[in-house]
Amino acid sequence: MQQAIDPDQHPVFIAEGVTKVYNMGDVQVHALRGVDLTLYQGEFVVFLGASGSGKSTLLNILGGLDTATDGTVSYCGKDLTHANERELTDYRRHHVGFVFQFYNLIPSLTAKENVTVVTEIADDPMSAEQALDIVGLSDRVDHFPAQLSGGQQQRVAIARAIAKKPKVLLCDEPTGALDSKTGIVVLQALQQVNQQLGTTTAVITHNADIAEIADRVIFLADGRISEIKVNTERKQLSEVSW
Amino acid sequence: MRVLHRKALRELWHIRSQALAIILVIVSGVGVCVMSLSTYQSLLSTRDNYYQQYQFADLFSNIKRAPLSLVNRIAEIPGIATIEPRVIAQVNVEVPGFTDPITGLITSIPDNGMSKINRLHLVHGRLPDSRRDNEVVVGESFANAHQLKLADSIYAIINGRQRQLRIVGIALSPEHIYQIAPGALFPDYLRFGVMWMANTPLSTAYDMHGAFNDLVVHLHRNVNQQEVIDRLDDLLTRYGSLGAFGREDQLSNRFLKEEFQQLKMMAIMFPVIFLGVALFLLNIVVSRIIDSERDIIAVLKAFGYSNLAVFGHYLQIIMIVVALGIAGGIALGIWLGQGMMGIYAEYYSFPKLIYTPHINMLVGVALITLLAAGVATGRSVIRAATLPPAEAMQPQMPDKYRTTWLENLQRHISPPSKMIIRHLERKPVKSCLSILGLALACAIMMVGNFQQDAINLMIHAQFKLAQKQDIEITFNEPVAKKTLNSLRTLPGVFYVEGTRSVPVRLRFEQRSYRTSLQGLDPDRQLHAVLDTKLRSITMPENGLLVTEHLAKKLHFKQGDVVTLEFLEGARKVKQLPVTALSQQYLGVGIYMRLDNTNRLMAEGPAVNTALLSIDKKFSSEIYRRLREMPQIAGINLRQSVLDSFYDTIDRVILTFTFINALLGAVIAFGVVYNTVRMALSERARELASLRVLGYRQSEVAYILLGEMAILTLLSLPIGFIIGIGLCEVMIQGLASDLYRVPLVLSPFTFSLSALVVLLSAVLSALLVSRRLRQLDLVDVLKTRE
Repeated sequence: MQQAIDPDQHPVFIAEGVTKVYNMGDVQVHALRGVDLTLYQGEFVVFLGASGSGKSTLLNILGGLDTATDGTVSYCGKDLTHANERELTDYRRHHVGFVFQFYNLIPSLTAKENVTVVTEIADDPMSAEQALDIVGLSDRVDHFPAQLSGGQQQRVAIARAIAKKPKVLLCDEPTGALDSKTGIVVLQALQQVNQQLGTTTAVITHNADIAEIADRVIFLADGRISEIKVNTERKQLSEVSW
Repeated sequence: MRVLHRKALRELWHIRSQALAIILVIVSGVGVCVMSLSTYQSLLSTRDNYYQQYQFADLFSNIKRAPLSLVNRIAEIPGIATIEPRVIAQVNVEVPGFTDPITGLITSIPDNGMSKINRLHLVHGRLPDSRRDNEVVVGESFANAHQLKLADSIYAIINGRQRQLRIVGIALSPEHIYQIAPGALFPDYLRFGVMWMANTPLSTAYDMHGAFNDLVVHLHRNVNQQEVIDRLDDLLTRYGSLGAFGREDQLSNRFLKEEFQQLKMMAIMFPVIFLGVALFLLNIVVSRIIDSERDIIAVLKAFGYSNLAVFGHYLQIIMIVVALGIAGGIALGIWLGQGMMGIYAEYYSFPKLIYTPHINMLVGVALITLLAAGVATGRSVIRAATLPPAEAMQPQMPDKYRTTWLENLQRHISPPSKMIIRHLERKPVKSCLSILGLALACAIMMVGNFQQDAINLMIHAQFKLAQKQDIEITFNEPVAKKTLNSLRTLPGVFYVEGTRSVPVRLRFEQRSYRTSLQGLDPDRQLHAVLDTKLRSITMPENGLLVTEHLAKKLHFKQGDVVTLEFLEGARKVKQLPVTALSQQYLGVGIYMRLDNTNRLMAEGPAVNTALLSIDKKFSSEIYRRLREMPQIAGINLRQSVLDSFYDTIDRVILTFTFINALLGAVIAFGVVYNTVRMALSERARELASLRVLGYRQSEVAYILLGEMAILTLLSLPIGFIIGIGLCEVMIQGLASDLYRVPLVLSPFTFSLSALVVLLSAVLSALLVSRRLRQLDLVDVLKTRE
């Protein structure tokens, strides 16, 4: 298996022999069967794989939403495998930003307030206005989710995720519910964040074309990493054929 | 279709805790309903059966003294089926070992023991032998109160002579189901006893040989009762009749009827409230469940299930819940009803208890509940069934929110607080319904509890302010006012005042009421008559002072002229103005100045009741001396009236209301728990989002429970207002001649009702917090709403 290691980069995540087994009644489902992976600071990684290949499970474990059944995961040297609920909450609170396929904005709060939800509890956040500016929504700060298009809602979700200046941004099919045109706008926002803030960004997708904008593309199949492809030259979104 | 049944069952299992809460509420509602109605029906049939089996009289007449030769003439009156002349003696009784004065009422039974009317039900022993002059049968309640057994002896002063009487039997009688001493307000089995002796020995002892002083009559069917009464009075007036009267004026029957009336009122009121709340709750929950199943409904219909099939499916879920509630409620109601009947049976001493919950009633309650449940949930179910599939499949747009006016007042509200406020504001109807549900729970608790406060006020008004005497004495005959001096000289007697009471019939237009007129001394100190603000009313110079309840009953008001028929002496009929109304919580009364009463009765200054204030240290000595006075017919003690009053209230009302309060608490919990659970399922996604963003459990709980807290706090004042209204309705329904419950609500009642709601809220919050901890973040966020 090919694992590109650049000695100049600082590792953010180190996963070793990570397995995840779900007990569904009598049946055991092996979602991950021993994954070894290191993610580095500032890199843009895309996870590709079929449904059920374990992408989301891996991302959830990295994000502290789930814990591994076996193996170890460390974040900046800290062990996540044995962290308790409270420690995981704090980890999510201060270090990780999430973006989901279905935005998960809070309908009763405006765009700005949806971001404030995070900035209020973070240690050293940027302002909500600044975060929305980064995703190009300065003119929509006081709109409620119901008044925004799908792409705009997803960009608010990205602003919400980055406002705390997280070290890592984890995105589970961020464009899955969007048409291609809107999807590009959202990806642009992600790319911009990655480049401007140096946030380690991991994106799950079904769309192989998107992979070309990443530093590395990690292929998963059957709960294992089947291939890691390093893009020596990252393409800009405008160059990507959709 | 079988798979839909399975889906229905699984979904029920899925929402089991909520379903259980609703079932409990329905069980409570149906339970109260069945308990009340079955108790009421059973009491009615038990009483009717008793009356019929033991030949309860249709007409009654008390006479001073009439010759037995008159009996044949009476029997000839058309319409009369059977008559029985009797001798009744009111006597002072002494039970060894009991120092308080006891009033006894001895009624004669035919020498051959074959009463045709008001037959006795012998519980133990036999009827008295007419050849022996010392055999007596005593009433069971009295015997039980004193633990008297066959062959025990008691003493009675009959016609001034003390006699030893041997108990040969213990019995029940249909004319003494409700046993109340003359002049007393409530049953007191220790100090009032009914007894029976054979006619010959009693007549001899009471100096009534060849005569009778009481008559009971059985009528043929469909006879005009009033005509017979008029004919009877024509014959008997010159023998000192107080006027014949029917069952409706017979003391025991009248009080029984009053109490049954109250029971009926409670049997209707409480269930209506309870079921109303239960169904209201069902409505809220079902509509929310259906809202959350939109996509499933869409899929079902996309696959070709008809509107009817979808309708049937959701109806099935509802009906399973309701049916379980009904079944549990009927079981609970019958169980409680049997318990209540046990209490009543002991209280009323019926010879045979018939507890038969009518099948019609049970079916009726079940049908009404099902029907009401159908109405309560029908709209939601129909909406679900007619939802176009394509519409339901569309990804749901986020709910529309806006900035609320509240936030403009306070700009620096944190986002979680904003979420609470906007959510409340966004769904005003839902929020209002939740508040209403909680308020109803609070109100139910108030209805269950307010009577205790009312009773305390009644006691205070009646016994601390209105009747301040320690002892009330009734004389056999009116005595000259100066006779009271002999009482004043007794050791330990502080003060004595006399009143004159005359049996009367008060008429206004076509309505009439039989009671006594009380002639009161204007300078009296012990017997106050109170106005509606509990101030003592000065006795008007002229005319009558009447209890407000009686005025309402006969539809007259202050200033009207009423007809007063005196049933004693010359039996005058007078037109008199009602110059004042009084508020009395216990009994009903007509009052007049003592001198006016004496003048109307064409007698000198006379009294027939004396009120005494005494030094408690001398009480035994005073009782002993009073018992020795032959002209004294009855002695009532204030403390014993108080005791028996509490006893009555305790058994009948408080048992009932305790059960109601308990079930009210169940409803309160059901409402609160369901409201919180619904809020949780509706907002799970939002709350999970926040958890993913790094919010702690406590911070997320704040949003959910904060909203609940606001709803709960808002509901309390509204609940208080609804509760006051419901109590007012209850009071109107409970008003009887026996007593009227005033509307008083103590801070305790308010606090207790609020506390139950708050505790339910806290308990629900704890249960929901547990669920909040188990919230599967990944699962919630991966799925589309």
